[in-house]
Amino acid sequence: MVATQETIEKVKEVSSSYKYGFVTDVESDRAPLGLSEDIVKFISKKKNEPKWMLDWRLKAYKKWLSMDEPDWAMVNFPKIDFQSIYYYSAPKKKPVLNSLDEVDPELLKTYEKLGIPIKEQEMLAGVAVDYVFDSVSVATTFRDKLAKEGIIFCPISEAIQDHPELVKKYIGSVIPISDNYYAALNSAVFTDGSFVYVPKGIKCPMELSTYFRINEQNSGQFERTLIIVEDKSYVSYLEGCTAPQRDENQLHAAVVELVAMEDAQIKYSTVQNWYPGDENGKGGIFNFVTKRGHCIGDRSKISWTQVETGSAVTWKYPSCVLRGNNSVGEFYSVAVTNNAQQADTGTKMIHIGKNTKSTIISKGISAGKAQNTYRGQVQIQKNAHGARNFTQCDSLLIGDKCGAHTIPYINQHTPTARVEHEATTSKISEDQLFYCLQRGLDTEQATSLIVNGFCKEVMKELPMEFAVEAQKLIGISLEGSVG
Amino acid sequence: MSLLEIKNARLKIENKEILKGISLSVNAGEVHAIMGPNGSGKSTMSYMLAGRDGYELDTGDVLLDGKSIIDMTADERARQGMFLAFQYPVELPGVGGISFLREAVNSRRRHIGEKELDHLTFVKEARKAASSMFVKDEMLKRSVNVGFSGGEKKRFEILQMAMLKPSVSILDETDSGLDVDALKIVSEGVNSQRNENNAIIVITHYQRLLDYIVPDYVHILSDGMIIKSGGPSLALEIEKNGYAGIINAA
Repeated sequence: MVATQETIEKVKEVSSSYKYGFVTDVESDRAPLGLSEDIVKFISKKKNEPKWMLDWRLKAYKKWLSMDEPDWAMVNFPKIDFQSIYYYSAPKKKPVLNSLDEVDPELLKTYEKLGIPIKEQEMLAGVAVDYVFDSVSVATTFRDKLAKEGIIFCPISEAIQDHPELVKKYIGSVIPISDNYYAALNSAVFTDGSFVYVPKGIKCPMELSTYFRINEQNSGQFERTLIIVEDKSYVSYLEGCTAPQRDENQLHAAVVELVAMEDAQIKYSTVQNWYPGDENGKGGIFNFVTKRGHCIGDRSKISWTQVETGSAVTWKYPSCVLRGNNSVGEFYSVAVTNNAQQADTGTKMIHIGKNTKSTIISKGISAGKAQNTYRGQVQIQKNAHGARNFTQCDSLLIGDKCGAHTIPYINQHTPTARVEHEATTSKISEDQLFYCLQRGLDTEQATSLIVNGFCKEVMKELPMEFAVEAQKLIGISLEGSVG
Repeated sequence: MSLLEIKNARLKIENKEILKGISLSVNAGEVHAIMGPNGSGKSTMSYMLAGRDGYELDTGDVLLDGKSIIDMTADERARQGMFLAFQYPVELPGVGGISFLREAVNSRRRHIGEKELDHLTFVKEARKAASSMFVKDEMLKRSVNVGFSGGEKKRFEILQMAMLKPSVSILDETDSGLDVDALKIVSEGVNSQRNENNAIIVITHYQRLLDYIVPDYVHILSDGMIIKSGGPSLALEIEKNGYAGIINAA
């Protein structure tokens, strides 16, 4: 029997409501515009949070009120009106389309170039009725597999309910509410994010990805992520996706805290391609993120790998606090800015324990009229005997209207430490391009090849699936920048 | 119909005329040598033929297989079958030899309607070509030309030629910087590719290379013009009497 159109509509309706909560409560779909103590309370109530969580949020909100917006970065953007932001929206009902034919062809072209399989394209674009069931069942199987090992991977709002003792112990321990303006704001109003806990002696059997998190695929506006890895354990976490993401919320101020115990390892990889705005930078996303890893235990290791190609303004310094003896911090980054994008990004490596080691490899690529700044701090405390740091920051300029800046801070308080810093700035030479063209590669292929060669050291740190997509993404981000 | 025809090519660089009306006909199966003193326009001619930006003809034409190519970009000409072995091959840091070669070969194959080679088949072909050019396997894995000696760079150029199988190859002073052994290897590599369907233009200062890659015709380029053409013996004359004699007599 063939399903009638009416039946199909009914199924769609039911499945959407299954996924997105209940179809009632229209008036509390969205909090009123602006931020106040009441809004903070509203968010906490919506999330059914225990009192200690609300108190923590309120403390953060009060702190935020007393702070000034920072303005020291080498980025310019129109003043943010914090009172004209919606701090809570119920998960949006994404428009359900019947097929890819209804999707913006430009978006489809980008998906093609990124090599995203059709099924995934459908999901990303909001097509397909069975997406709802698929994602629920896939994610459920995933979670069951993890649960067998004692690994917790869930939205942070769930963790606050189900594992309050863990959240309470660690939230704000790596990035206190007073750390900076945007962290304070995030602490007051965060609505979703990931929580990961890996018990002792477990190597997480698969890469954890935000993709598999059952949650309301919401704005990512104020995400809060907390990852705790106990002794001798390992986890690799992937954040973001290469597909271009638009969002009506312009400000993204996430906070990510990582905690690694003795002999533990955390690998955190990010591919970010938020909407960068038009060629004049208008309408793009502001990505102001605070990320920090705490190597508490001896011989622990935290690695940050990021490929940032999107956003109008990127402002972030994923960092490591190397407290445990022999702990290791790594930062591998490719930041691409084109047209009118701006990036002020880098890292902080704080050496506290003995014989700690940090490696920083930063590759900045600027094109168009973009500005790309690397800002890094290597801090070696008084008792951090035997600390070693190696920093390499390379800039690649495409065209002559863009800029690259390097601002390294090195504070060394012990003579037994060794800090090395190398920096290069280069252009894609006309000779290199012509060589590739003469071998039959067109300008885009040639640029992509040369740029990916430039980024090789960073790209090889990315998990396989991300690496392949990220390479294509870099090529796409630089389209039109040469020739 | 010639395979490559240059018709009265004139080219100015920064208002100075470098090519002053060059005409040349190269038929399939032929090897032509272009010789001349420094500053005669040899490199300019090779860049012009390859379609480099900034080396467009002011007047004149270049025909490949009877079709004009002067409006084609460098990569279009390459895919059509033009190959330039560079005098100073540039380094491509981080770009692996195998990936680079495969992209180049598949671009050409796509253009002529042949199926692209999969990775394994390609690696096999590359290794075969490499061993005949005495290019070690591990060199293929390194970044293109990075840390290569002069001889290695030139051998890698000819390896690329072998894999791309071009219709018209221009060898721009391929012998510069090579010792006798390297010269022999490179020449053997080139000679093994000569067939009745392709043509090779050898640009050189010195007669020595032409002992190994014996040309059908030799042309003397001086101050942007071909002033004399002849058979291989013309090269021997240069060797004996130098360019000055011929230029003054012309």
